[in-house]
Amino acid sequence: MADQSNTGGPAASNEGPISRLIRAAEIDTRTLGMLAAMAAIWVGFDIISSILRPGGGGVFGGSFLTSRNLWILLVQTSVIAVMTTGMVLVIVLRQIDLSVGSMLSIVAVATGVLQVFHLGPALGVGHPAIWIIAVVFAIALGAAIGAINGVLIAYGQIPSFIVTLGGLIAFSGAAFLIASGVTVAPMDKTFKLIGGNGPAASIGPIWSWALAAVACIGIGIGVVAGRRRRLKFGFKPKPVWAEILSVVVGCAAVLGTTAVVNSYLYPPRVAERFALDNNIPIPPGVEDKAGLAICQAGDKVVTCLDGLTFQTGYPIPVLIMFAVGLVMTFVARRTRFGRYIFATGGNPEAALLAGVNTKRLTVMVYTLMGGLVGIAAVIASARLDAATTALGTLNELYVIAAAVIGGTSLAGGIGTIYGAILGALLMQSLQSGMALLNVDSAYTNIVVGIVLVLAVFVDQIYRRRVK
Amino acid sequence: MSTQEISAAAVSPPAPLVEMNDISIAFGGIKAVDHATIDLYPGEVVGLLGHNGAGKSTLIKVLSGAYKRDSGVIRIDGKDAEISNPRDAKAFGIETIYQTLALADNVDAAANLYLGRELRTRWGTLDDIAMEAECRKVMGRLNPNFRRFKEPVKSLSGGQRQSVAIARAIHFNARILIMDEPTAALGPQETAQVGELIMQLKAQGIGIFLISHDIHDVFDLADRIAVMKNGRVVGTARVTDVTKDEVLGMIILGKCPPGAIPGPGALKAS
Repeated sequence: MADQSNTGGPAASNEGPISRLIRAAEIDTRTLGMLAAMAAIWVGFDIISSILRPGGGGVFGGSFLTSRNLWILLVQTSVIAVMTTGMVLVIVLRQIDLSVGSMLSIVAVATGVLQVFHLGPALGVGHPAIWIIAVVFAIALGAAIGAINGVLIAYGQIPSFIVTLGGLIAFSGAAFLIASGVTVAPMDKTFKLIGGNGPAASIGPIWSWALAAVACIGIGIGVVAGRRRRLKFGFKPKPVWAEILSVVVGCAAVLGTTAVVNSYLYPPRVAERFALDNNIPIPPGVEDKAGLAICQAGDKVVTCLDGLTFQTGYPIPVLIMFAVGLVMTFVARRTRFGRYIFATGGNPEAALLAGVNTKRLTVMVYTLMGGLVGIAAVIASARLDAATTALGTLNELYVIAAAVIGGTSLAGGIGTIYGAILGALLMQSLQSGMALLNVDSAYTNIVVGIVLVLAVFVDQIYRRRVK
Repeated sequence: MSTQEISAAAVSPPAPLVEMNDISIAFGGIKAVDHATIDLYPGEVVGLLGHNGAGKSTLIKVLSGAYKRDSGVIRIDGKDAEISNPRDAKAFGIETIYQTLALADNVDAAANLYLGRELRTRWGTLDDIAMEAECRKVMGRLNPNFRRFKEPVKSLSGGQRQSVAIARAIHFNARILIMDEPTAALGPQETAQVGELIMQLKAQGIGIFLISHDIHDVFDLADRIAVMKNGRVVGTARVTDVTKDEVLGMIILGKCPPGAIPGPGALKAS
């Protein structure tokens, strides 16, 4: 272990074939572990649900590993995942933000009030500018609140725990006042699409495949460009098979996800409405209760095994989640801003002595966090088609838990965006899996809490052994 | 370059590279540095001696921009220099190797080497590969055994971490180098390497402030010494003009020997 270089020293020879493969391909074993845990949870839920309620149509006969459930799972994850990408940076900076849940409430409610009570009457309900103004307003409001948090922490030198704990309490009160205690609804019809409800809120199979193809090409170009640069500077590149493996695995993940979301069909009633609205002829057929397609039986539209179907493809909130994940990964790893966040989290004094303006950095990170809360608030209220003060309740804890499950160290300096998104997905899998099994939500909370502690415990052991 | 400097020196005495004049800084009523004056010439090593809490690290942090002085003047090349943060200091070619090394433990050697002045691609993104390539070159000269370029510096040995900190200080054409206890965490062999390095840098015309507890180290490496006690300068002297015992007397008692130029902190002759 003494002086082992990363380029594969003599120590590489006495490893097993699997660890050699992992080393050569520079695979993060921690991520691998998390993916394995996720797979176990998914398969477990599917098998258990197949025992409790057979015939769900899942991979193992249950109702978890169905395209419908996975599609919904992705949509449900998006709100927490978007916020978690910001929380990773906050925690990496050795800070915390407990106010994101209440901030989501206040932004959602304020945006709801703006579009329902002000923009609607002023511009006319359904005006195409409403959703744009609402989204910009939500992000700006979130960023502004985040900036205030950041200024108090950085320049007021109040511990972030206290500032954001105060925010947690105060923002929810403010949200209640803004909403005058009522539920603000309905949202603008274009705005609502951001929540992923209805046929128009998904991009359909063709665009989904097109996007997948672009992503695949992007992965390929990225790997080739990276390899070229390494060669140009005379570095020993990864073995060719490892490069090909990473392209293949990346592409398979993209195409697989796309295949899943594309195989989720509009529910029969939605499909019927869509066909009627768009004058699409419905073929005649025989009714079958188990069918997902629709057919014309006399003057009635019925479900049948073989008939008209519409594939949904990627829903808008999931695309937003992916886009946010990509942008945030770029920010964290490829920009100076991201480098400073990690360096400051690793050693604040060193960053300061190297000339990093850590106070300004703190304000910027909290502002970014607030902006992401704004995006999450838009998705959450659009999905519910209403803005209520209850919308963000407990979200701060889920967001922090997702970041931590995803490998972010509360001591600062360590964390990844993709890890945090996977953490959010893992937590949402537990929650919706147990909802699927009709487990009481009280038990669900117990399990999620235990998983959080267990994840950190396992991670500690892992990190100690790696050293 | 060096021959030019020597011929210029023959004509008139060279201007000091750094003059810190009458510097004071207080922390909540405690005068950490009290009207201290020191200077440094090109190609010179000035050893700064004193007990813990004598004010030497604080004085030097004023020069490196980590602290802002309450009063006094800093001149670089004879011109007034406004140094209020580490960035200003670096703009004047002042680099510091801190006692704590001040490394970000969670990132790799290249990221530490370039912390605060990252190389960027033409799109403004971090150019990690170029930084690593440059880092490999620098480390290859300083510490040929250094191989762990991809690992966080936390996992490196004390000597390796030290060489990263040294690389960072000398890679960016430093003219003034501050070394705060550079050998405190090192073994005898590594200490000797640091000594050699100091001689090399000196030969290149770099001025070095060397802060140390170890009076023997300082006598071996420094041209002049300055001794501080209770935030004040006891005196300065050429190492050839004083003995180690006399310097110990300066450190412990504040007694200025005849070979030294007394400062405001010197014990008044009774």
